[in-house]
Amino acid sequence: MKGRFVRLAEQGRPTVKLQVDGAPIEALQGDTLMVALLTQGTALRQSEFDAGRRAGFCLMGACQDCWVWTHSGERLRACSNEVREGLDILTTQPEAIWPLHG
Amino acid sequence: MATARIVIVGAGPAGVRCAETLLAAGFKPILIDENRRDGGQIYRRQPEGFTRDYATLYGTEAAKARDLHTSFERLRGSIDYRPETLVWNLTPGQLCCVSQGRHSTVDYDALILCTGATDRLMPIEGWQLAGTYSLGGAQIALKSQAVSIGHSVVFMGSGPLLYLVASQYLKAGAKVAAVLDTSPLGKRLGALPKLLARPGLLFTGMKLLAQLYRAKIPVHLGIEPQQVLGDAASGVSGVRVSTAAGATLNVECDAVALGYHLRPETQLADLAGCRLRFDEASSQWLLATDDDGRTSVSGVYAAGDGSRIRGADAAEHAGRLVAMALLEDLHKPVNVGLRDEQRQALAVMEQFRLGLAQAFPWPSAQAKALPDAAIVCRCEMISAGELRRTVSEKGACEVNRAKAFSRVGMGRCQGRYCSQAGAEVIAAAAGVSVQQVGRQRGQAPVKPLSMLTEEVSP
Repeated sequence: MKGRFVRLAEQGRPTVKLQVDGAPIEALQGDTLMVALLTQGTALRQSEFDAGRRAGFCLMGACQDCWVWTHSGERLRACSNEVREGLDILTTQPEAIWPLHG
Repeated sequence: MATARIVIVGAGPAGVRCAETLLAAGFKPILIDENRRDGGQIYRRQPEGFTRDYATLYGTEAAKARDLHTSFERLRGSIDYRPETLVWNLTPGQLCCVSQGRHSTVDYDALILCTGATDRLMPIEGWQLAGTYSLGGAQIALKSQAVSIGHSVVFMGSGPLLYLVASQYLKAGAKVAAVLDTSPLGKRLGALPKLLARPGLLFTGMKLLAQLYRAKIPVHLGIEPQQVLGDAASGVSGVRVSTAAGATLNVECDAVALGYHLRPETQLADLAGCRLRFDEASSQWLLATDDDGRTSVSGVYAAGDGSRIRGADAAEHAGRLVAMALLEDLHKPVNVGLRDEQRQALAVMEQFRLGLAQAFPWPSAQAKALPDAAIVCRCEMISAGELRRTVSEKGACEVNRAKAFSRVGMGRCQGRYCSQAGAEVIAAAAGVSVQQVGRQRGQAPVKPLSMLTEEVSP
């Protein structure tokens, strides 16, 4: 399985290049970060509380499951932020992890 | 008070119709919305550069979507519209907002909350696995981004949205593995007299179901969800349910869209001190308002699904009506004929709402039957067993107390997706009704704020 999400239409849009964890990826203009990442991968981040991978849940900015980060530490909700040329995304929180169930 | 500062929160169907009505009466409301564009969730717009037409995007609701968007375009230059702005707290007469990482305050004389709803969720073992999405989320993926949430999708839960989204996926060319509804057929038949309040909508619903059957999509009614199958590393690989006949059914899939109708976003109203009431029909706490949208707090009003879950058509009527209630309170003339029209339309929709609640009931028994190992809080991986122990060992028979002990409701989603089911688990463990264990209080910030948020002078 290459990606989790499957594009069904609107595939004629111009491409946008960005980086995810240091690797270049190509997305389409108007993609949310979530769609850019999940059409080519199966998860967005690692759960802080167990071994589980996470891929978002509500897509409407309510659950906060889809946080990704920029190098400067800015937190972005992947479901409600669109891709931008040259964006450099981290899927691991740049701060210390705080396991409560470790 | 011709210069009353009126603030509307939410630019969905209720907020837009409210703004339109106030503008027509000579007021210039401030319309604050968290989204980038108007339309709310139901009439959410696709990004610039997408080319699907209204019929493709909104199906039977295309004309209504176009009409709402057109109305908004007409009024946006005449109101104070503030998109991408989150209201994260309020005090009497003042809202705390954050936009683009900057905090600011907005003063108000009258506040109209059109905050909408989110999916209502009942946990199931394994629902924390990557690939499980809320039903509304699955719809947004398709509508707003033209993607399916997986290569093979199971739709599970109950409510009209289950069939709507499944048929939208089918039409868009996605693979629908199955539609699994917890509501048995008998409930629907029993609710028919109430559902006939809106025969057109009932017919639309039946057509959707017919489309699914015609496409030979397995549709099972009266199922009991058992487990989302899969593993922590790769996510969902299937679902397991018990059928109405008692057999075990496994369905392979890599995505699950899960939901049981909607729950209202009441945090801001709660922070404003508005009274909530327990709605027996839907078995959840809703805002207590009069029929026109006045809350228990003077100067604070509410309309749309954030107030009563009656759907998008009702939200448009309620938006107009709440604006007229405010105008009346400001001693301004209102069009009585137009007001009565809205009231009459809403009375019919209230009948329909009761029908839906009866046809697709909230499956509270599932919470009681949830295995101890099942996760209730998917944000912080807190199990049903842990929550039950706060009742049995610490005597926490009230939702907020159990939250303090267990952290269920304290994670990223702030209880949006666990707190109602959590209340059912607590109530079952304590042997009392769900109404007796109370409801989770709204807390500021109503959504997480970044530590980097800057303060700017107004």
